[in-house]
Amino acid sequence: MKRLPQWAWALAVLALVLLFNLVLTPGFFHIEQRDGRLYGSLIDILNRSAPVSLLAIGMTLVIGTGGVDLSVGAVMAIAGSVAACLIARPAESPLGGINLHRSTPLILLAALFAALLCGLFNGILVSWLDLQPIVATLLLMVAGRGIAQLFANGQIVTFHLPSFSAIATGSLAGFPNPVWIVLLTFLIFAVLVRSTAFGLFIEAVGSNPVAARYAGVDARRIKLAVYALCGVCAGLAGVIGTADIRGADANNLGLYLELDAILAVAVGGTSIMGGRFSLIGSIVGALLMQALTTTILTRGVSPETTLVMKALVVVAVVLLQAPAFRSWAVGITRRRPA
Amino acid sequence: MNRAALRERLPVLITAAVCVAMYVAVGLRFDKFFSLRVFFNLFSDNAFLGVIAIGTTFVILTGGIDLSIGSMMGCASIMAASLMQNGHWPAFAALSAALAFGALVGWCQGALVAFFRLPSFLITLAGLFFCRGVALRISQESVQIDNPLFNSLAGFQIQLPGRASITATSIVLFVVLIVCMFVARQTRFGRTIYAIGGSMASAELMGLKVRRTLIGAYTLSGLCAALGGAVFTLYTSSGDAISGTGLELDAIACVVIGGTLLSGGYGSVFGTLLGVLILGIVESAITFQGTLSSWWTKIVIGALLLMFMVVQKLIERAAARSR
Amino acid sequence: MITLSEPLLELRGIVKTFPGVAALQSVDFDLLPGEVHALLGENGAGKSTLIKVMTGVHAADAGEILLGGKRIHPHSPSDAVNLGISTVYQEVNLAPNLSIAENVCLGREARGPLGIRWSDLRRRAEIALDRLGLKLDVRLPLGSVSIALQQMVAIARALDVSAKVLVLDEPTSSLDANEVAQLFGVVRSLKDQGLGIVFVTHFLDQVYELSDRITVLRNGHKVGAWRADELSRLELVTNMIGRDASELDRTEEAAAGVAATGEPVVSAQQIGTRHGVSDVSFDIRPGEVLGLAGLLGSGRTETLRMVFGLDKPDMGKIERSGVPIRRFDPKQSIREGFALCAEDRKREGIFPDLSVRENIILVLQAKRGWLRKLSFRSQSALAGDLASRLRIHPPDLEGSIDRLSGGNQQKALIARWLAVEPALLMLDEPTRGIDVGAKFEIMSLVEELRQDGGAVIFVSSELPEVVRTSTKVLVLRDRKAVGMLEGGQVSEERVVREIAEGGA
Repeated sequence: MKRLPQWAWALAVLALVLLFNLVLTPGFFHIEQRDGRLYGSLIDILNRSAPVSLLAIGMTLVIGTGGVDLSVGAVMAIAGSVAACLIARPAESPLGGINLHRSTPLILLAALFAALLCGLFNGILVSWLDLQPIVATLLLMVAGRGIAQLFANGQIVTFHLPSFSAIATGSLAGFPNPVWIVLLTFLIFAVLVRSTAFGLFIEAVGSNPVAARYAGVDARRIKLAVYALCGVCAGLAGVIGTADIRGADANNLGLYLELDAILAVAVGGTSIMGGRFSLIGSIVGALLMQALTTTILTRGVSPETTLVMKALVVVAVVLLQAPAFRSWAVGITRRRPA
Repeated sequence: MNRAALRERLPVLITAAVCVAMYVAVGLRFDKFFSLRVFFNLFSDNAFLGVIAIGTTFVILTGGIDLSIGSMMGCASIMAASLMQNGHWPAFAALSAALAFGALVGWCQGALVAFFRLPSFLITLAGLFFCRGVALRISQESVQIDNPLFNSLAGFQIQLPGRASITATSIVLFVVLIVCMFVARQTRFGRTIYAIGGSMASAELMGLKVRRTLIGAYTLSGLCAALGGAVFTLYTSSGDAISGTGLELDAIACVVIGGTLLSGGYGSVFGTLLGVLILGIVESAITFQGTLSSWWTKIVIGALLLMFMVVQKLIERAAARSR
Repeated sequence: MITLSEPLLELRGIVKTFPGVAALQSVDFDLLPGEVHALLGENGAGKSTLIKVMTGVHAADAGEILLGGKRIHPHSPSDAVNLGISTVYQEVNLAPNLSIAENVCLGREARGPLGIRWSDLRRRAEIALDRLGLKLDVRLPLGSVSIALQQMVAIARALDVSAKVLVLDEPTSSLDANEVAQLFGVVRSLKDQGLGIVFVTHFLDQVYELSDRITVLRNGHKVGAWRADELSRLELVTNMIGRDASELDRTEEAAAGVAATGEPVVSAQQIGTRHGVSDVSFDIRPGEVLGLAGLLGSGRTETLRMVFGLDKPDMGKIERSGVPIRRFDPKQSIREGFALCAEDRKREGIFPDLSVRENIILVLQAKRGWLRKLSFRSQSALAGDLASRLRIHPPDLEGSIDRLSGGNQQKALIARWLAVEPALLMLDEPTRGIDVGAKFEIMSLVEELRQDGGAVIFVSSELPEVVRTSTKVLVLRDRKAVGMLEGGQVSEERVVREIAEGGA
């Protein structure tokens, strides 16, 4: 018998949530087409889960190596500020002197490059300075929003550039662009990790770092790469967030999203301790979280409740993953020798 | 002092030196900075941060981390304010309820970490969500307090010459500082926390009460975070559910800058106070400057944090080599 | 030396069974006051189980423990401590960041209204250390003193309560010669104070230097107990290894002496590290199997680690095909055709999250780099080939390696290294904890590799295996090379003799 993938139960819960809505929320499955774009709760879930899905893709690799990246929210803010400042070019911004002629591709690249640098910074701290991942990424989590505000000179920089806004608000073949971006990113990453040996090396490093060294796997380079890639994913999420509101809000863009991303990865069946990871699982996890949020909102429950609920889900998922809890639940360790 | 003891105190000595140097440098740069008033304001303006950072020092000394403290502060602040304003509770009852809530959440987090060996950053991340959610459920608007007893408490201060004063919030900070220094240095609980940070497995084999102590550390951290919320409420005479957003990072930064190793085992409560003062000096300097904006604080703190982490790593490596 | 008196501690007919393993089968042990009693045995002999029964970690299935003539039932280490049986382990299980005084007294310190009474605590720590003849500044952090002193602080902690029996479980493994002497001084003074000391070690010199009596265990049975001055080294080693010296003779034939030709694949010249082995030299040519023989802890693994580039030797040099190694990095070693199948399967070998196939192809893939991925088909073919060649069972390549038995995990790890077709394969205890069939298969595989012109270093605690598979044997004792046997000299008898008496 082929074993079910670890994210199967996340998918099952997602199906349950949808089923619940099918029965109890009128119009939840209603999809209509206006101006060549699809609208409806389901499309909304796909669209709104895009930033978390992107973060989760990068975070999956980082967690796969046994690390974690707490700075992704702040990196989103940095990428967003860079993009907004390069478009609007406010005089007070240190980036004001750079003229990319409002070219959307160049601005996108610049924002992603900034995010890549952030990721490399994290990667260097973790792999070369050998700092604990939580600590290393905490640094950028603290300073990152300061840097984002530095670029924007403390303002919420707004801009008008339809081709750039279209990254978030446009649509293709009926689906919003962010959905396509997530799909494309997912495919690229899937190819990157599974058509090369990169994914195997990540899993080896996360599964047993000592054995990885004996087997000649260069853990440092692997770690550097995953943090860099995680940074790029965060940058992409930041660009979408910025394009969506046509402005960069360094204080709030991506706030607490690192938590959602970690949650999506854990729900998607990747062990928080590293090792085997599943990109598709993380996407399912992100969709599940968004489906739950949307359900709560459409049922008129206050949005703060989602925070409490997410907290309880995190604890439940982590508990279920913990060997100590499992054996306790089974009752084997009822009386452990002191 | 011999070399070994010196090496152990090196981080906190560096912090003290940096603290004094910054104080002098800022004082030379700006007139009026060297006044008693500005000096005592450093304490009253940062009292809530100080109380929270001191409390979370214990968790970090065990080698864990508590990310829930910022939202716990917001939660306690809105809870106390709302109980007084909307629930018409007496001031002390409302404050006690908020403190009890902080201790309870801290206890739960500690129990999950200690019993099931769950990663502390994940559990307290969940705690962060939970507290912020509860806070926003209580009230999304900030709540002004006009409880007479509370207001007299908030307005209490000891006048000093030169228009300086010691406020109620600073007094709370000093009391917490002294109590926590006592706990860390003079009690079995405190020393067990250091032992756990040194090596959890060894602490267990030494027959120390590891689980109970771990739970105690997280409870203390939660309690101090709630107390920080109460201090913040005194400071602003209002409760606000979104106060303390991102404060966990400032607090952890203060602890690290104060010379406590994030891997646990080394550090001091007093060092954390120095870290808070450094943060306070940076903030006042930026206020005195007038043209620099507040985000510079975060960048400077980030740079200091990086510097201290690298220094700690170097000390650690030097220690490993001399073994 | 031995005071004639009632035994202090007596264990009678101790039986302990773990699922599938009879760890102790009716073992007796007794300890007199004022004696050092060495407890010896190779891996799996049962000595650590016996210690754990004594110190309350495990409860015996049958048998009784008497302390001072009274039956006791220690059910936890702290319980055993309260009864008067204290243990000091190989690893220093103390907090390096706390002061020496705290490490001695924490958990039972005197407290007053102002918390811990530091002066009282320091005085008690000084008294406890004084008993060991040590004068230390007890305010120093523990981590700032040498491992030997830390070890002694651990003893002081163990003795802080009224201990009658002190169990020293391989206390000298990480100490250098001077530190050992220092520790032994302390042990002797404790002995003079009437304590009974159980001494577990794998260093023969230390056994004779310190012990009054010796008890040897093998395969869960007590082989016997002797006065140390009445048991020769040779007898001791044969008792531990389980062959009678007269039986040994040349019953086992040494591997057919094929004249090895060509340049040495590896040549080690007086390599060693500051705290580990010293003065190890050998060279090995294609078509040779070098056996490393010696008791546990004699320095076999350390030697392999240096050759594989995991540790940098502090002295001597290693040449590969005539070129000295400069970069000590496993990745580089693998590129140059070296393979080390490490001793600790769980910690250094398997990737529990990955499948059998992935575990087998990992080193080859790492050698190729991340871009040149082996296709699934070639992975399966390669892993399948190796799995059937090594008879890995069940041959489910896609299942997690965690679900294989120990022997099959071991075969998968060997397959991992065979996949890169190494010029030199180093096998560190490849036969430990696996069944007889698998052992035989691994040994035939080594012979096969040799005949194909490969070079192998074979390490095993099982002497017959070493003798059967090796064309020459380097004998190590107490972290020094004490002899090299080649060709016709290779026999169990000679090896045992070298282990016991060689290099003298």
